[in-house]
Amino acid sequence: MALLEVNNLHKSFGGISATCDVSIRVEKGELHAIIGPNGAGKTTLISQLTGDLESDSGTVYLDGKNITRLPMHKRARLGMARSFQITSVIDNMSVIENVMLSVQAQSGHSFRFWQPVSAQQELTETSHEILVNVGLQSRSLHRTTELSHGERRQLEVAMALAMRPKLLLLDEPMAGMGSDESIKMIDFISSIKGGTGILLIEHDMDAVFKLADRISVLVEGNIIASGSPEQIRDDKQVRRAYLGDE
Amino acid sequence: MIAGLKLHGGVVVAILLLLAFAPFIIDWIDKPFYLDLVTRMVILAIAAASLNLILGYGGMISFGHAAYLGIGAYSIGIPAYYGEYDGLYQLAITIIACGSFSLLTGYVCLRTKGVYFIMITLAFAQMMFFALVSIEEYGADDGLVIDLRSELPFGFSLENSVSMYYLCFFILLFFLFIIHRLVNSRFGMVIRGSAVNDSRMQSLGFPTFRYRLLCFVIAGVMCGVAGWLLGNFTNFISPEMMDWTRSGELIFMVVLGGAGSLFGPVLGTAAFVLIEEVLSGFTIYWQLYFGLFLVAVVLFVRGGLDGLLSKFSRSDK
Ligand SMILES: Nc1ncnc2c1ncn2[C@@H]1O[C@H](COP(=O)(O)OP(=O)(O)OP(=O)(O)O)[C@@H](O)[C@H]1O
Ligand SMILES: [Mg+2]
Repeated sequence: MALLEVNNLHKSFGGISATCDVSIRVEKGELHAIIGPNGAGKTTLISQLTGDLESDSGTVYLDGKNITRLPMHKRARLGMARSFQITSVIDNMSVIENVMLSVQAQSGHSFRFWQPVSAQQELTETSHEILVNVGLQSRSLHRTTELSHGERRQLEVAMALAMRPKLLLLDEPMAGMGSDESIKMIDFISSIKGGTGILLIEHDMDAVFKLADRISVLVEGNIIASGSPEQIRDDKQVRRAYLGDE
Repeated sequence: MIAGLKLHGGVVVAILLLLAFAPFIIDWIDKPFYLDLVTRMVILAIAAASLNLILGYGGMISFGHAAYLGIGAYSIGIPAYYGEYDGLYQLAITIIACGSFSLLTGYVCLRTKGVYFIMITLAFAQMMFFALVSIEEYGADDGLVIDLRSELPFGFSLENSVSMYYLCFFILLFFLFIIHRLVNSRFGMVIRGSAVNDSRMQSLGFPTFRYRLLCFVIAGVMCGVAGWLLGNFTNFISPEMMDWTRSGELIFMVVLGGAGSLFGPVLGTAAFVLIEEVLSGFTIYWQLYFGLFLVAVVLFVRGGLDGLLSKFSRSDK
């Protein structure tokens, strides 16, 4: 059974199909990359998977469970985590508090009114560890608004990871990063690879070919090819539609 | 920074000490009228603190918060009208009435955002206002006089104005303590998080609606208790207590003091009541000047008076 199974997913915005009959699978521990030109529908697809957007038709199964109509927070609790292409963090809190929120979200309900979170080691210690892993520990007590663009991207990924997801959906994690930061991010993703299924959207072809076990190519809402990195590299249609304009 | 914390904390401690000894100070300077002023201020500070919980920490800009002041007050006024003066019984009615009103209205209001939320909270409060205006039995828009204040256990009498004051003061301290614990707990993290980025909170796995709704109810009940005190204090209730202008004033107090800071509403209410008192003695156009002053604070002092204090604190390190 695949970790994620997407069948014939469709979404249109006022007559324009952003995704059209999309079917993909992500196996356990696999890193599946989706590439495609701007406006191809990649972010739309991710939003349909997480429940940010409701699909017009099609089905989504996570670990064999039909989640097509579940609200966002339930999908998250079932083990689906997302990082956003446009950084979306909690800007009135510190870096570690953002990560603590992710940890908290996955550890039962939050109808706990009395003990300060700063005294809850199960939150603070786990969060600290994750910040060490992504290399943000020195910024732990800073406000998110004081971070550089690259650091905010790292936090974005750290928050998704802190949810201990079964499936991690990364929407262009390297977007707008400098080359040093990108290299760090690539190393980081390859270090967590295998432990959790990952659906990665990325424009950087070097990164994609380095990290991916499988690649699907999305053009104008349609998957035009899907296969191993070698197959995709050699696919004529893909070269014409997408890789050619590199 | 240490010096800064001292100044900021110092002002808070000074104000709390002033409030704690207010009846003695007022007695000493022999201006009994001021005790009324300070009592009213403390009651309004409770209401403002409760609004701050949803507005400052939770990002829920309720324009109908005075409804709870009114409901709390009618929860003593109506029993008193029928000769029921048991304070705890009245308090239970307050809590049940405010709890259900906030639960029902919150359930609808919290499905909206931004300006719609503001409008719909206002609309519900106005409905309550007009409902009470239309009930002839309870005095319609003239209201009711309460001939006896609530009777409390252990012979604690609210007819004594100093006891009345201390009850208000201790309830203020108690509620501030509760709010402090709440906002730093797991529950508070969810409330504060969804104030700025609700959809991200949901994608982390929080069903934010139910937490926000509970927060809305807690704030409503707290403000109801302030209304219970206000009805007792003024010996009089009328629909005017929940007039929309009163809701607006509560918002001003919170913003003036510093939304989302624990003591902000206390500072804001103190400033509001004092300035109102002083200006209204000088000129009949005081509301104009007061309005200008408020606009200036909102425009130039981010974080209100509390923000201003911390700013001074930080620059003198
Ligand atoms: N909320 C929306 N309302 C209307 N149209 C939308 C909406 N979101 C996306 N679209 C349209 O759907 C199409 C796909 O957009 P999407 O953001 O999914 O592309 P993408 O592959 O993520 O592109 P990029 O590489 O630039 O991030 C685009 O034509 C876009 O304009
Ligand atoms: Mg995109």
